[in-house]
Amino acid sequence: MSNTTKNIDAATGSEIRSHEWDGIQELNTPLPRWWLWTFLATVLWAIAYWVVMPAWPMIGSYTKGAINWSQRSNVDAEMKATAAARLPLGNRLVAAKPGDIEADPQLLEFALASGRALFKDNCAPCHGAGAQGAVGYPNLNDDDWLWGGSLSEIEETITYGVRNTNDKSRFSEMPAFVKLGTLNRMQAADVVEYVESLSGRQHSADAAKRGGALFAENCASCHGETGHGDRTQGAPNLTDQIWLHGGTRIALTTTISNARNGSMPAWGERLKPAEVRALAVYVHSLGGGEPEHVADASAKP
Amino acid sequence: MIKHEAFEKNSILLLIGTLVVVSIGGLVEIAPTFYLESTVEKVQGMRPYAPLELVGRNVYVREGCYTCHSQMIRALRDEVERYGHYSLAAESMYDHPFQWGSKRNGPDLARVGGKYSDEWHRDHLRDPRSLVPESIMPGYAFLATRAVEPKDIADHLKANKAVGVPYTDEMLKAASEDLTAQADPNADTEAFLKRYPKAVARDFDGNPAQVTEMDALIAYLQMLGTLVDFSQYDAEAFNR
Repeated sequence: MSNTTKNIDAATGSEIRSHEWDGIQELNTPLPRWWLWTFLATVLWAIAYWVVMPAWPMIGSYTKGAINWSQRSNVDAEMKATAAARLPLGNRLVAAKPGDIEADPQLLEFALASGRALFKDNCAPCHGAGAQGAVGYPNLNDDDWLWGGSLSEIEETITYGVRNTNDKSRFSEMPAFVKLGTLNRMQAADVVEYVESLSGRQHSADAAKRGGALFAENCASCHGETGHGDRTQGAPNLTDQIWLHGGTRIALTTTISNARNGSMPAWGERLKPAEVRALAVYVHSLGGGEPEHVADASAKP
Repeated sequence: MIKHEAFEKNSILLLIGTLVVVSIGGLVEIAPTFYLESTVEKVQGMRPYAPLELVGRNVYVREGCYTCHSQMIRALRDEVERYGHYSLAAESMYDHPFQWGSKRNGPDLARVGGKYSDEWHRDHLRDPRSLVPESIMPGYAFLATRAVEPKDIADHLKANKAVGVPYTDEMLKAASEDLTAQADPNADTEAFLKRYPKAVARDFDGNPAQVTEMDALIAYLQMLGTLVDFSQYDAEAFNR
C-alpha cells in the first residue's frame, strides 16, 4: 500500500486495513462502544463476584467469599424457618383430641391443607389422586374400612402401615387355600359361589350351600360367620358390593387359591407426627370417616 | 510484545496459544474437583451395590429410565420438602455412569427406596396407568419374565472394581450366590447382609421360583437413597 492517508471503502464507509492476501483486503470495523463498555463491565462484575461469592479453588478448600454464601445453608435455613412456622399449629394438631380438630376451624384448615399436599405426594401413587384407589389398593372415599375408619384408627394405619417390617405394623395373613392344599379346586369353586351369595349376586344355590359349610370351617374365623368381616384383623366385609381385588368369579377364585395380602409402608418412619395426623384428618374427611369409638367423642359440645 | 497479527499469520502459534488458554480453563475448573475434599464429602453408610441391585441398575440404564427420571434432589425447598434430603455427591460415587438425569417427566427417584411397597412397584411397572391413570410412563411387564443370569455377575462387579468401586475379593467370589440370595425369601442371608449392610433381601417380584429382572429393578429402586446415615451427616462441615 502506497498511500499514507486512510483508505476508505466507498460502499461501507469503513477504513480498509493495510494488509492484503491474494487481492483480498479487510475492513476495519471496530467494536461498537456500547459493546466494549458492557464487556468491560462484565469483567468488573466477575472481579466483584470473586470477592463476594465462593469462587476460587485453593489447596484443600476454596475461597468462601465475603458473604459466605452457600446453597445448602440457604435451604437448611429455609427448611428450619418453614418448620418453625408450622410448629405452633403442628403441635396443636398433635396435642388435639379428634373432636377438638373439627371444632377448631383454623386447625382443621391447617390439617386439611397439609394433609392434601402430603397425600398427593405420598399416598396418591397407590390410592389415586382422588383417593379413589385401584384394584388391590383401597378406595378411601367410601366407608368400607379394612382396619377401621375413625380418626385414631386411620392414624394408626398410616403410622405403622400394613404387613411391613415395622414391629407395630398391622398384620394379618389370608392363607392361600388351594395353593397350600387346604381346599381343592372344586371346594374353592363352592366357596366362591357362597361368597357371591353373601352380597346377593347371582350364584348356584347348591354350590353355595356346600360352600357355606366350608366357609364356616375355613373363613368365618376372620371374615365372621355372616361374612361381615373383622376390622381387628383387617378382614374385609364380604357382604357388600365393594371388592378390593375384584368380585368376579375369576378374581374370587384367585383370591381364595393364592390369597391376597397387600401391604402399606409405615409412614411414621418417614413423616413427622404432625404430618401423619394431618393425613389422617384429610383421609377422615374424604367421606367415609367414622366417629371415635370411645366415649369422649360424645363429650364434645 | 507479541502482536495479535502474529497469531493470525502463524497457525502453529495459534494452536499453541489456543492450547494454553484452554488448559487454564481446565486447570481451574476440572483439576480442583479431584483434590478438593468437599467435592465428594465423606458420609456414613454408602456401600457398593449388591449384585442384584447392580443388575437392577443395569436394567434401569438399559431401559433408559434416566431419560424421564432424575436422581438428583437439588438443594431447593420445594424439592427437599417433596423428596427428602438433597442428594450428596457421595450417594452416586459408585455409579458408573451416574444417573442424575436431566429431564423430569416423572418424579425424582433419588430417595424412592422404601416409599412404596414391592407390590406397588410390580403393578406399576407392569401397567403404570392401572394405578396412576394420568401417567405417561410405558409398561415394563416383560421384566417379570426375563430371568437374570447369575453366571456373569462376577464380571460386572469386576468391571466396576476396575473403575474404582471398592468391591472386595470376598464380594467377587460370592457374587452369584449373593445375587440369588437377595431375591430368595428362604435363603440364609447373614453373610450377604454382612457384606452389604442395609440391603433388603426378599422376593421382590412375587415369584420366588425365579430371579427376574423385575426382582433386580425393584431391589435397586428400594435401595435408592436409603444408604447414607443422615444422622451422622454434617451439612456445614465444608462451609466453615
